[in-house]
This record gives sequence, structure tokens and C-alpha cells, in this order.
Amino acid sequence: MNNNQVIEVFKRLKDTGKKAFIPYITAGDPNLKQTLEILDFFANNGADIIELGVPFSDPMADGPVIQRAMERALKSGTTLKKILQTIKDFKDRYSVPIVLMGYYNPFWAFGIDDFAKAARDAGVDAVLTVDLPPEEAKGFTVLLKNEGITPIFLATPVTDEKRLLKIRGVAAGFIYFVSVTGVTGERYALPEDTEEKVGWIKRNIELPLVLGFGISSPKIIHEFYLSVDGFVVGSALVRRWERACLSEEGISEFRIFFIEMAQACHRE
Amino acid sequence: MKTGSYFGKYGGAYVPETLMPALFELKNGFFKHIKTREFQKEFMHYLGEYVGRPTPLYFAENLSRKLGIKLYLKREDLCHTGAHKINNAIGQVLLAKKMGKDRIIAETGAGQHGVATATAAALLGLKCRVYMGTEDMKRQALNVIRMEMLGAEVTGVDSGSRTLKDAINESLRDWVTNVRDTHYVLGTVFGPHPYPTMVKKFVSVIGKEAIRQVMKKVGRLPDAVVACVGGGSNAMGIFYPFIKLEPVRLIGVEAGGLGIETGKHAARFATGRVGIFQGTKSYVLQDGDGQILQTHSVSAGLDYASVGPEHSFLRETGRVHYTYATDNEVLDAFRLLSREEGIIPALESSHAIAYVVKHAGEFRGKVVVVNLSGRGDKDVAHVSEIWKGVS
Repeated sequence: MNNNQVIEVFKRLKDTGKKAFIPYITAGDPNLKQTLEILDFFANNGADIIELGVPFSDPMADGPVIQRAMERALKSGTTLKKILQTIKDFKDRYSVPIVLMGYYNPFWAFGIDDFAKAARDAGVDAVLTVDLPPEEAKGFTVLLKNEGITPIFLATPVTDEKRLLKIRGVAAGFIYFVSVTGVTGERYALPEDTEEKVGWIKRNIELPLVLGFGISSPKIIHEFYLSVDGFVVGSALVRRWERACLSEEGISEFRIFFIEMAQACHRE
Repeated sequence: MKTGSYFGKYGGAYVPETLMPALFELKNGFFKHIKTREFQKEFMHYLGEYVGRPTPLYFAENLSRKLGIKLYLKREDLCHTGAHKINNAIGQVLLAKKMGKDRIIAETGAGQHGVATATAAALLGLKCRVYMGTEDMKRQALNVIRMEMLGAEVTGVDSGSRTLKDAINESLRDWVTNVRDTHYVLGTVFGPHPYPTMVKKFVSVIGKEAIRQVMKKVGRLPDAVVACVGGGSNAMGIFYPFIKLEPVRLIGVEAGGLGIETGKHAARFATGRVGIFQGTKSYVLQDGDGQILQTHSVSAGLDYASVGPEHSFLRETGRVHYTYATDNEVLDAFRLLSREEGIIPALESSHAIAYVVKHAGEFRGKVVVVNLSGRGDKDVAHVSEIWKGVS
């Protein structure tokens, strides 16, 4: 079983004082063949966990960069079934944990029972369902856990005491803290009270906490390095990936940025 | 009033975590205020003095004679701003104000909900932004101008199919971003709990009036009540008070577009499956992989891939019968009502008329109430172009 790989990552890093670097890419952007190549690159260049997005026609929590990525992915015929095959191909060679991130309807349309089994067979370690808050997640969470897959839940700047209890009741693996009220996208700076909020959540939920949304530069990683256990880098990478698909310079720019961000998470 | 989030297995609140506190706040605010005499009094005041309620239940004499039925039209087209949407908009904006929000946002398809919300915002002094697909902005240009004149900011949405569903996505993105000071005035009995229940409450005045009026005019309940169904607010508004009155047949008419077999339609109950979309579990037009399909209808207000969860429930229990009318049938009905009664109906409402025309034989001598949910001023340019194209 692969269910503890996510937890293992944080244990291993904790001993070294490093932070989890969690790059995000949309599966199938611009096609799944290139997704497999990029997963290899991630694994070989410092990704501790990989967040892989399942494209959806109506991504209501995503900003323009990831919206475009999902459009490209759907245009190339990407389906959940094919994504799971790509993960399986990747997992034959690498053990880097994969968090599948998506909207509920594609999982639902697959059949949540069948999906949990197929995801396990493919080697998926965790699933984050954007539009499935704890209240609606019970059935799906049980199915995932039965297959050894960790359900990941979000906390946000507007999480209050009441929500915290709800989230604590279901959370596993790690808490994904959304740094801003808003959609995915790069930000120049994060809200002033981020550190305070993160500290409060960490005191109340005994799980590693990763920071996502708006992590656009090594500077932001430095700023919150001591407060959190990891960083998800999404739109900043996807935007560079968009350019990398168009030009040679784009490719090297993408690679350099990736390595800079990995290094920022892995301070010596 | 029912306070749960599900109607049978349909409904719920499927939204990102960031919106959950706002939905709780809204739920608490709604159930608290709706019970107070003060809110009721204020709401009824605006419905009477400002919206112009009660709207007439008009006996359509000419069309009745022609069809051999007794056709009554619930004249929501005579509401201020020209459609039933204003009832919900006033209710929600009033509530938002009581909850201390100073900014409201709304999505709009045909523009009627956008106009209604911009109107309520002007009346009650709140800032307002309306999201509208750029395709719909073309189809409903007049309503864009109206919203701007009312002081609302209209933001075009250029993603996806550039219609109602994309405007809802963009509204949700705005709400997620400005959740602390903004209320999202969702325009129909759709989306996450408590919207389907809240909107139903604000529009059910339509059915309550209709019962009183038909009893007074005919001395008995109607044989059937017919309404068009997009998200389903006008239908829910008129159906809901009739649900317990078993012998009354309730019929919801979806947009059949160019015909079910062409795939270019918005008849969710004809070919949709249960899914989760924009905050709720209901019938959804989707492909085998759970991607939402693009829809088509001559009427922007019905051009939507899903339907209010309570409609899915009412279909399952069999209490409401759902069917569809095609674009061509709708355009004929639009012309017919204009010529026979001197009432230019909205293309949305024309779906309900089209159904009655088509099934007049079944209703011979019977009393039929149609919810004429809106007037057609917004559609005249669009329809006239279609007619020119045809002839």
C-alpha cells in the first residue's frame, strides 16, 4: 500500500529542516505525452510531492492561467481514465507521491466507487476535490480511505473556529492552506495575517500544513519558510509551461524557475 | 419552512471551502430575517408599491377561443423591469443589506435577472456588478444598456460558451475573492444551499396569488399549470404553492433548441444525467467524462446545462411533468400571443405557450394557467432578425 507516502515525505523533511516542494501541473496540458515527460522532470529535479490537476470544463476556483491549461487539456482529448494510465506509467519508475486535484463531477461521472479503485491501481496517493467541502465528502472519503488514498482538505483565510472543527474531523495527510480569498493565480505578496492564521491552524490541527495559491517567487517561500511545512506552486509554473510549449527560451526559463523554487524549499 | 440542504438526493452545497463560511452566514441570515415581521413587512411593501403586485391573472380570451381551452396568463411580464426576476432580486438585496453587505454581484443570461438586481441595488443603495457572457451581451444588448443606466457595472465573460454558465463561474470567482463584503444574488433556484430554498421563498408569491385569483375568477383550481424551466425559478414560483393541491397537473417546459436529436438544446431531463455542477447535485447535460456540454436555445434565459435540484426531485416523485419545446415552436408561439392577445412574451415564457398550443387538444375545455414570466421587449430585435433570415 502506498497510503503513507505523503506522510513519509513530511517526516523525512522534518528531520532535515527542509520544506516540501509541491509543483502543480494540469494533466494533458497540452497533451498527456508531455505530461509524462514533465512528471519525470519534476521527479528528477526536487519535487517532493506532485499535484496533478484533472481538467474540468468549468473550473470555478481557478484563475485564467489554469483555466487556459484545462481548456488545452480537454482539447487534446484528456480524460480521467487516460490520466490514471499516465500516472501508472510514471509510478512504474518513480515513487514521488501524486496528489490528484480536481472538481467533483469528473470523479462522480467515472463512478466514485470505480474511481477509488482505479486511482489506487494507478498509484494515486491522495485526492483533493476542490468543490467537495467536508459536509459533502463523507461517502467519497470513505471510499478513498478504503483504497489507501488520502483525502486532502483545504483551510482558508476565512476559516473560523466552527469550520476548523469540521475540517479537523475529516482532514488527513496534510492541510492545504489557501493563502488568499480568491482563485488560483500568482500574487506579488500574500495577506499580512497569513502567518498568524497559519500558526492558529497548526496549533489546532496536528497535520503538516502547506501553503498554496499565489506562491509566485522564491521570495514568498523565504518569507513563510519557518511557518509552514511545504509550498504548492501552481499558476506561476503553469504560466511558464504555457510559454515553454511555444519556444526554446521558454523551456529553459521554465526549468530555471522550477529549480529556483525547489531550492528555495530545500534550504541547506 | 424546510431548512435542509437536500431535496431527496438532489441539492447540497458543493463549493470550495472559501465559500463555506459565507454560505453559513447567508443561511443563518436568511432563516433569521425571513421569520421576522419587519422583513416580511418591508418585502411585501416593495412587492406591492414598487414591483406592482399582485400581477393580474388575465383570461386570454382570443387565444382561448382559438385553442378551445380556458387559458389564463399569470402576468409576471407586468412586474417592474418586465419579469418575475425582480421578486427574488428585491428579496435578496434587502437581505444583503440587513446582513451588512455593501456590494452585490449577479450573473445574468437573458439580462432580466441582471436588470432586476441592478434595479434593486439602485433602490436600496448598494454597489452592483453583473457578469454576463459576451454571446448573451450580443443577443440581449438592450438589457446591457439598461443595467448600465441603472448604475451597475456590466462585466463581459469571454470564457467557455460565453453564456449563462460562464457568467455563473465568473460570479463565483468574484465571490470567492470578495467574500467578506459581497453578497452574490444568484438568479434562480439553483446553486448551493440555501439558494434553491431562499429563491423559492422569494418567488413563491407568484403561485400564492395565482391560487387566490383563479379561485375568485373560476371558482375552482385550474386543471393544469404550465411554466418554462431554465434554472427554474419562475416555474418553482408558480408550482410550489400548487404542489400539495394534487389534482392540478404541473408541467415544466425546457428548451428543446434545434431538436433533441441534434444535441443543440438545453433539455436537461431529456438527455442529462445526475451530476454536480456549480454548487449542487442535479440533472446536468454532460459528456461521458463528466465535462459540461454546451447548450443551445433561442432564449438566453433557458440556455443552461443544469436545472434547479428541487425540479429534479419533483420529476423523480412524478409530481411535475417535464417536457420541452423547440426553437421553431417557440417562435410560432411568440408570434401567436403577440397577434392574438397583443402581448409580446419573452422567448423564455414563449416555451410555456408553445406547449399549450401543441397540446391544446388534450386540454379541450380545461382551465390552464401559464406563467407568463417575462415580456419580450428584450427579444424583439433578435426575433425580427430571425424572421428576416427565414423569409
